[in-house]
Amino acid sequence: MSPRRKGERFSDAPLEGPLLEVHDVITHFKTARGLVRAVDGVSFSLERGKTLGIVGESGSGKSVLSKSIMGLLPKRNVVRGGSIKFEGREIGSATQKEMQHYWGTEMSMVFQDPMTALNPVMRVGKQITESLRYHLDVSRQYAQDTALTLLESVGIPEPQRRLREYSFQLSGGMRQRVMLAIALACGPKMLFADEPTTALDVTVQAQILDLLQAQQRDRFMAMILVTHDLGVVAGRADDIAVMYAGRIVEKAPARALFTQMRHPYTEALMKSIPKLALPSHTRLESIAGRPPDLVNPPRGCSFAPRCPYAQQRCRDEEPKLEPVGTEGHEFACFYPVGTPEGADALATNQAATNQAPTNHAAGAPTSGTI
Amino acid sequence: MTLEGGVALSATFPDPSGAAAPAGLEVSPRKKLGFGGWFALVWLALVILCAVLGSILPGVSSFNTTFLDAASSKPLTHGHILGVDDNGHDTLSMLVVGARASLEVAFGAVAAGILLGGSLGLIAGYYKGVVDLLISTVFDVMLAVPALILALALVSFLRGDPQKTHWPAEVVLIIALGIVSTPVLGRITRASALTWSQREFVMAARAQGAKNFRIMWREVLPNVLPALFSIALLSVGIVIVAEGGLSLLGVGIPFDQKPSWGNMIALFGQSNLRDAPYLVFAPIICLFLTVLSLNLLGDVVRARFDVRESSV
Amino acid sequence: MSFWLRRLARLVVVLVCVSFFSYVLLDLLPGDPVTTIAAFAPASVREQLKHDTKLDEPIPAQYWNWLSKFSRGDLGNYYRSSGVDKVSTDVGSALPVSLQLMLYSMILTVLLAIPLGVFSSYWAGTWFDRLVNATAFGAIAIPDFALGLVLAYVVGVKLRWLPTSGYVHPSNGLLKHVKSMVLPATSLAVGQIAGYMRLLRSDMIATLQEDFITMAKAKGMPSRRILWRHALRPSSLTLLTVAGLNVGALIGGAVVIEVVFQIPGMGLLLATNIRAQQFIAVQSIVAILAIGYVVVNTLIDLLYVKLDPRVRSVRTAG
Repeated sequence: MSPRRKGERFSDAPLEGPLLEVHDVITHFKTARGLVRAVDGVSFSLERGKTLGIVGESGSGKSVLSKSIMGLLPKRNVVRGGSIKFEGREIGSATQKEMQHYWGTEMSMVFQDPMTALNPVMRVGKQITESLRYHLDVSRQYAQDTALTLLESVGIPEPQRRLREYSFQLSGGMRQRVMLAIALACGPKMLFADEPTTALDVTVQAQILDLLQAQQRDRFMAMILVTHDLGVVAGRADDIAVMYAGRIVEKAPARALFTQMRHPYTEALMKSIPKLALPSHTRLESIAGRPPDLVNPPRGCSFAPRCPYAQQRCRDEEPKLEPVGTEGHEFACFYPVGTPEGADALATNQAATNQAPTNHAAGAPTSGTI
Repeated sequence: MTLEGGVALSATFPDPSGAAAPAGLEVSPRKKLGFGGWFALVWLALVILCAVLGSILPGVSSFNTTFLDAASSKPLTHGHILGVDDNGHDTLSMLVVGARASLEVAFGAVAAGILLGGSLGLIAGYYKGVVDLLISTVFDVMLAVPALILALALVSFLRGDPQKTHWPAEVVLIIALGIVSTPVLGRITRASALTWSQREFVMAARAQGAKNFRIMWREVLPNVLPALFSIALLSVGIVIVAEGGLSLLGVGIPFDQKPSWGNMIALFGQSNLRDAPYLVFAPIICLFLTVLSLNLLGDVVRARFDVRESSV
Repeated sequence: MSFWLRRLARLVVVLVCVSFFSYVLLDLLPGDPVTTIAAFAPASVREQLKHDTKLDEPIPAQYWNWLSKFSRGDLGNYYRSSGVDKVSTDVGSALPVSLQLMLYSMILTVLLAIPLGVFSSYWAGTWFDRLVNATAFGAIAIPDFALGLVLAYVVGVKLRWLPTSGYVHPSNGLLKHVKSMVLPATSLAVGQIAGYMRLLRSDMIATLQEDFITMAKAKGMPSRRILWRHALRPSSLTLLTVAGLNVGALIGGAVVIEVVFQIPGMGLLLATNIRAQQFIAVQSIVAILAIGYVVVNTLIDLLYVKLDPRVRSVRTAG
């Protein structure tokens, strides 16, 4: 990696080709219980200005994935593998010092809980200007003015006053906006939004998501939107990747995913979203079973224990991510939804157990419901 | 816990070794007694043995026995392992016999502190309200004076003229150091009692018509004791050091009456540091090892009961 | 407003209690205080003692008498065979010396404890950290005076680098002054450094796991900056709370160290007067030390409020 002076952008970065290329990334944690395979072979690519939504329940590895790509994980007891290329440069094996050149200026992250992600004893303005002054080497006045503009652009009222306040003096929504301002301060090319609305009121969620979209458009920024909520990425992502047990099980352009979903897990997620159109007291559908054990993953497909379509082959063999008809649509399943094989598999299972396709009896609370 | 040459019971440095270790760091399981724990136990057992048996032990002579012909001899000469002081007392014997005086004061003071501070704290934590406010204010005022200064003031005034005093030196020390330990032990008991008093089993006992005293004694106290025990161990160490400090300030047990580690350090530190440093270092090493052992054990006890608490 | 009022009320209550306690000490003296204090003094001196302390009057009157004198700077007298002398002269020269000792040891403590704490938290789990931690654990177990004696012997007697006792006023030679204070200040500082370092280390380790630290990293801030500018500030607040309590131990330690190294501060003055049974003087010295401690604690409390913005807003609301 060529050394870069503070304030300088990579002038020799290619303008063609995808912004981010992730190939077969793995992240395993060495713990007392064993090797936790949090991310177990993920590949995708992201173009400039596009949004990728990564959806999965807690424990699917989606947060670990974004931290892995950014390179924010600790070194000790963490095994990383695979290739991560940003603007054609390999950053998967970069050291922390090397990554510091990227963080903030090329890629940025907005965290889940704005209360804990902001420094409680540092003024909000300082948290923004610090980034500006360190990376862009600007004067204090210029940094202050830019911070002011940033706060305005994220929709914070009375920005002048806010600059001098502390995080605990702001409401949840405002804190999230401030975090966004900090993340965008140095104009990164790529933004990770890790569950940006989970800690917020429902009414505020839509505002923040709209804000994210607007900023992304204005800055021509690529965005990776990580969430457990399919509703969040509907209509806001160009492509959606569904993660389960550390792997991507289905990936498609948003439209295709919603209209032609193939993987049973995606279907289950979709079904578990409560819809206003349904009559009141309709039972919420949940996904039976529990998330898999990431230390000893079962042989074969990791979703098989909970899958209504599962057959013996699913338990023996691990399905690979295969592209299907529509361009850009990939999934990993032997008996996909909406295909004759899938329908047969489902029918076989239904006949065998004489139960309705959606299973309420499992008892254990599952994610996938809102 | 910091043990500056003064009575600085617990309130100074909360022991951070109980803090959560982040994932990825190896945490040595504190449940087992490591090498340190065993060493501590052995050493303390040895010290207690010396204190109890004193000059009965073989090779240990009583304080009255003097070896005048071997006076001022260095260690490992004339058959005295640790040498002899200027007046003919065998150093090793003095150490063994001195353990008794030091431990008497330490255990006595901590026991007094637990009795007084513990009861007050228990009452304050259980009854809460005005009673708590009153007792807490008393504690606060007592803590407003630096511990050693308070102890020094109490000892010197209780003693008055050393020629004419009718109370033996140890008793005065125990009273003074006991009073000084009261607020700290009391506060800890109070905090613990507050938490435990709010648990359901106390409410249940009260609903069954149990009298307050009975509840305090049978329900709350047994749960408060483990935390108290760990602090008690550490406090014993602090008081032993305090005895040393007070001796240096001239209000300890007079050396002519009986030796103690504190007055040995004081006397020999003043007159023999240059020519016979071993006389000073021997009691210092005993003091250090004892305090270290008490700290180690206090740590182990705390860790063991902390773990139990968290699973409750 | 009510926050400050409550604080003030508490301060006043504590001051009154402490001063009353200092006064009441005199009543603890067994036997007749006059013969105890002025044991070898001529009758005229004893008369003066009785007059000055109003021993024949009821306790509240005695207390008021003492308090009014004390607040005007009259710290009582010595009643010795040589006559009656004011205590305040001695205190006037002893107090600065004690303050110097405590100040030097505090400077040493801050200079060493903070970097050690920060670095061992950063390198937590490495050999450096384990070594420092183990040493600290041992250092806490050594009493100040014991360390003082050991240092006095090793450095003063064997190596002869520094004097083992005595004090040189700065006006008589700055270098000599510093040399005379090195060993005493170090003996006091070591235990403190160990304690603060461990506390800071554990606090920093906890802080470094917080989200806002990862966020700062994600902003591209270098590790050094994150350590010192982002993590240290929230972690140092606990240090400040502990510092208040620790001043008491510092005062106690300083008193004993002064005796060990024969530094003419308040500690030595106290010890000397106890030996000479000059309990009026002892009373005043104890009162000064106690009241000083209360004042310092209050100041530290105020400082804490100023430094932690969260406390400030909570207080003004409540």
